[in-house]
Amino acid sequence: MTRYSALALLRAGLTGQRHWPRAWRDPSPRPNYEVIVIGGGGHGLATAYYLAKVHGIRNVAVLERGWIGGGNTGRNTTIVRSNYRLPALHNLFDFALGLWEGMSDELNYNVMFSPRGALFLGHSDADMTALAQRGDALRCDGIDAELMTANQLRELVPLLDMSPAARFPIHGGLMQPRGGTARHDAVAWGYARAADRLGVDIIQNCEVTGFTVAGGRVTGVETTRGAIGAGRVGICVAGNSGPVAALAGIRLPIEAQTLQAFVTEPVKPMIDTVIMSQSLHCYISQSDKGGIVLGGDPDQFPSYAQRGLPPRIAQAAAEAIALVPALSRLRMVRCWAGTTDMSFDGSPIISALPVDGLYLNGGWCYGGFKATPGSGYTYAHLLATGAAHPLAAPFALDRFATGATIDETGVGFMPQFH
Amino acid sequence: MMRIDCPHCGPRAQSEFGYERTLDSIVTLDMPADEAMARLYARANPRGLDDELWRHGLGCRQWIVLRRHRVTHEIVGVAAFDPAILS
Ligand SMILES: Cc1cc2nc3c(=O)[nH]c(=O)nc-3n(C[C@H](O)[C@H](O)[C@H](O)COP(=O)(O)OP(=O)(O)OC[C@H]3O[C@@H](n4cnc5c(N)ncnc54)[C@H](O)[C@@H]3O)c2cc1C
Ligand SMILES: [Zn+2]
Repeated sequence: MTRYSALALLRAGLTGQRHWPRAWRDPSPRPNYEVIVIGGGGHGLATAYYLAKVHGIRNVAVLERGWIGGGNTGRNTTIVRSNYRLPALHNLFDFALGLWEGMSDELNYNVMFSPRGALFLGHSDADMTALAQRGDALRCDGIDAELMTANQLRELVPLLDMSPAARFPIHGGLMQPRGGTARHDAVAWGYARAADRLGVDIIQNCEVTGFTVAGGRVTGVETTRGAIGAGRVGICVAGNSGPVAALAGIRLPIEAQTLQAFVTEPVKPMIDTVIMSQSLHCYISQSDKGGIVLGGDPDQFPSYAQRGLPPRIAQAAAEAIALVPALSRLRMVRCWAGTTDMSFDGSPIISALPVDGLYLNGGWCYGGFKATPGSGYTYAHLLATGAAHPLAAPFALDRFATGATIDETGVGFMPQFH
Repeated sequence: MMRIDCPHCGPRAQSEFGYERTLDSIVTLDMPADEAMARLYARANPRGLDDELWRHGLGCRQWIVLRRHRVTHEIVGVAAFDPAILS
């Protein structure tokens, strides 16, 4: 495998960039693996990479029913930040953010991580109080958070509608300078290539259709490419968590729901931070290609359709235009949707399941892209050692029974409102 | 988008309705703790049909019960909510 570098690029230029070898192998499934990871999204691929890299477990397969990164990894709005209010969440997400900062070097793959700053807007005194509290909670744990005045925002994002008559008046904001965006596909491809180099088999077009269990312990999986044995099996299938867990007779505190995203035609640079309004649930960033990427509310009812409601398109556009009126001049060119695994407290589940040797990493709702490296790292720890990584320990499945839920929005078991 | 045939108001746009929860997640006052926990926190979450409670919030404000397919969004049954479920 070629190491990617400026020199390699130059050298390949001599032959018209036409002779690059494939980035990862296309192996057939072997009869047995030490660990099988189900789901070739960013989380599953990162898990396999850290199993091999950190724990020396290389007899690993990632089974993906479609193509890697074709799920939510390739559908999300790529916002990366760690500024959650609850300590269990911000400690896990900030660990991930640290890994993002070194990811391109570590994987020898340009994931285009761009820490351009992630800004929450405040639209009222109440919003500003909540943002100040959140900022304090973050700084107590050494995480960057800067409360900003309206005047500072006027300079930072000149296109924001700061007039007193604005539909959603802007009183100030909370900035996480280390936050930003990354290239979603590159994250899947980078982890795949690096895991493959360490010996992991990445097997696409291979859907898991059942588990084999003997004496209460998982011994392997049934797939569309035959039965494969395994010492341990890690589920990592995002929106499909419910149906895959059901194959083992397990019901989860997760409901599948639709989230859409939107992009405009590409234009010259006009917004160089990530702008988010949590009161509106509207987020805006500009991709490196120039398109304005918009996200909004989920559809708020269970669905696996991977297509969203038309009223959400109008809502996302209206909110974005109210915040940044210049956007009214742009054409929206595409919209798409992904199936999110909405958990019942809005937080992920990284946990052993009631069948020995079977584990779950899911319930990331619509916020798991930013966690990709940290999710993979801590899940690999669980799969390798059988014990929870300290950062992931609060996210065990039994928290729902014990009442130790991690509910950032405080709406309880109504997943559509997290 | 779906058109939901409210048993009280007739066919209306889905945007008038809000999804509440699945029908099997209703907890009654005298339910044993284990069963109540399962009803609150364990879902079948099928790639297929399930029974759901919706509220016609921008209409009659009643709860209604939909039997709905979660991939096609086809609604195969609508019924008025029977309060007997709560006891
Ligand atoms: C529109 C949208 C916007 C979002 N925006 C953001 C954002 O800005 N920031 C952020 O942090 N997060 C965001 N998210 C959430 C984020 O995308 C997800 O939490 C994250 O990508 C989940 O990672 P994953 O690798 O587990 O999922 P996926 O990439 O979905 O991977 C799961 C894989 O499992 C495979 N699979 C499923 N069933 C089986 C089976 N039976 N056998 C084999 N394989 C199977 C699927 O094909 C899929 O490839 C957004 C999500 C959506 C939908
Ligand atoms: Zn009605």
